[in-house]
Amino acid sequence: MTTSVKPKFAMYWAASCGGCEIAVLNIHEKILDVDANFEVVFWPVAMDAKYKDVEAMEDGSILLTLFNGGIRNDENEHIAKLLRQKSKILVAFGSCACEGCIPGLANFSSRQEIFDTYYETISTDNPEHLRPQSHYKMPEGEVNIPEFYPVLKTLDQVVDVDYYMPGCPPESHQIAAVIDLVIQVLQGKAELPPKGAVIGVGNSTVCDECTRKRNVRSITAFRRIQDLAPVDPEICLLEQGIPCNGSATRSGCNARCPSAGAQCIGCYGPAEGVLDYGARLISAFASVIDAKEPEEIERILDGIPDPAGQFYRFSLAGSLLKAGVPAWKKNGQAKHAAERQRGQGK
Amino acid sequence: MTDQFEPTVIGFTCNWCSYRAADTAGTARMKYAPNIRLIRLMCSGRLDPTFVFKAFADGADGVLISGCHPGDCHYVEQNFKALRRFILMKRVLVQMGVEPGRLKLLWASAAEGAMFAAEINKFVEEIRKLGPLNWGKDEGGRMKDEISSFITHPSSFGEEVPA
Ligand code: SF4
Ligand code: FES
Repeated sequence: MTTSVKPKFAMYWAASCGGCEIAVLNIHEKILDVDANFEVVFWPVAMDAKYKDVEAMEDGSILLTLFNGGIRNDENEHIAKLLRQKSKILVAFGSCACEGCIPGLANFSSRQEIFDTYYETISTDNPEHLRPQSHYKMPEGEVNIPEFYPVLKTLDQVVDVDYYMPGCPPESHQIAAVIDLVIQVLQGKAELPPKGAVIGVGNSTVCDECTRKRNVRSITAFRRIQDLAPVDPEICLLEQGIPCNGSATRSGCNARCPSAGAQCIGCYGPAEGVLDYGARLISAFASVIDAKEPEEIERILDGIPDPAGQFYRFSLAGSLLKAGVPAWKKNGQAKHAAERQRGQGK
Repeated sequence: MTDQFEPTVIGFTCNWCSYRAADTAGTARMKYAPNIRLIRLMCSGRLDPTFVFKAFADGADGVLISGCHPGDCHYVEQNFKALRRFILMKRVLVQMGVEPGRLKLLWASAAEGAMFAAEINKFVEEIRKLGPLNWGKDEGGRMKDEISSFITHPSSFGEEVPA
């Protein structure tokens, strides 16, 4: 009897863009294997299900949950905790859940700044300066929407995570391989990797998978790729002065971007053993700059106009510092508000 | 508050010059602020920027990086690498809203004990003026407090909506 009951599968999106879901569907006919081997019990993008249905499930009854997206508000956190409770295997799926990704860049700013940008900039027509309220009393009763947290957190900052599968989004061939593995485990033909493992990845860096030629190890200028024409198709992009993040980034994508002529921006996250992705890149970039005088070093570094964005594009929320000062310090918010008022007073 | 703020400062020194400078200061019984905790590396070139971010994340209010004078590094040019890392780290920290004065680079030879002690005192005073950084006392520390206090006193989305 029990053999006919398929193990349960769930997928959820918290603060994310939806690209992870597309990547899963992008495994083409392999999706039929998912259907053949699993019962999909909760997957908001693909089927209708209510939170209360999940709440009613037995603890640990879902075998595999792929959780994508960061934790931006209390709804995200609630579902993360709920799915943790209901799932045997919880995978932080995609860069947002693993390390914050693009939504995590909001951790450079205070909530005030985020909302000012969202509701008050020139492209927004909001003459009454309306702001949604988390809780609002109406004659009919109180209406609630999720509380927006001061910072975005990664999944493992709110619940225990079994595996990490990075990528923005994870490459479809990697997703297919992981699904194959889980199915083999179900059939008793393979074993699960140790808890905490990073799955669906290579075990080296993007540079290691990159076929571009490396000759020199020094740089006298950084340039944006669009300012460099033509880009040499065979030589390492970093050697050409294009800030390429391949050296700190985990392999797994087959060096897709550098082989297509674009620099690696780091979506596969920190390579094995790297505690702080940005710190590793700072170290790497500083090593290749060919200058000894402070003025000259500053001039070369001016070629990277947004170093924090360059080095923490995907990993800010999961980095050692996790957020900029305005996001977590009240006086940061107060100071920015005061500055803005002064600016408006002019 | 009568208690004055005692900053925590982490200092990274290289084995060959700047640590000897601290030694020179010590053997000569020169006093310098006890706020600094010196960590000896073989060379300033060993300074992984991770160390600096970890120090701030774990509660340091200031970080000092010190090494041999340019041209004197015992591993030829590694202190120039430290200089480049220092400048780049500073740029990143400023973007994160950290006052640039919280990170300092100091060249010191083994003979410059007095200078080293004076510079440490000066740096500690500068950090004292900047006040605590309080990045977080434990995992996610400060931000966790911030979030829980926020949840118990929801302040809604930014400014109040005009009634
Ligand atoms: S830095 Fe970029 S272009 Fe150069 S080898 Fe690494 S991944 Fe390839
Ligand atoms: S040995 Fe002192 S800086 Fe390299």
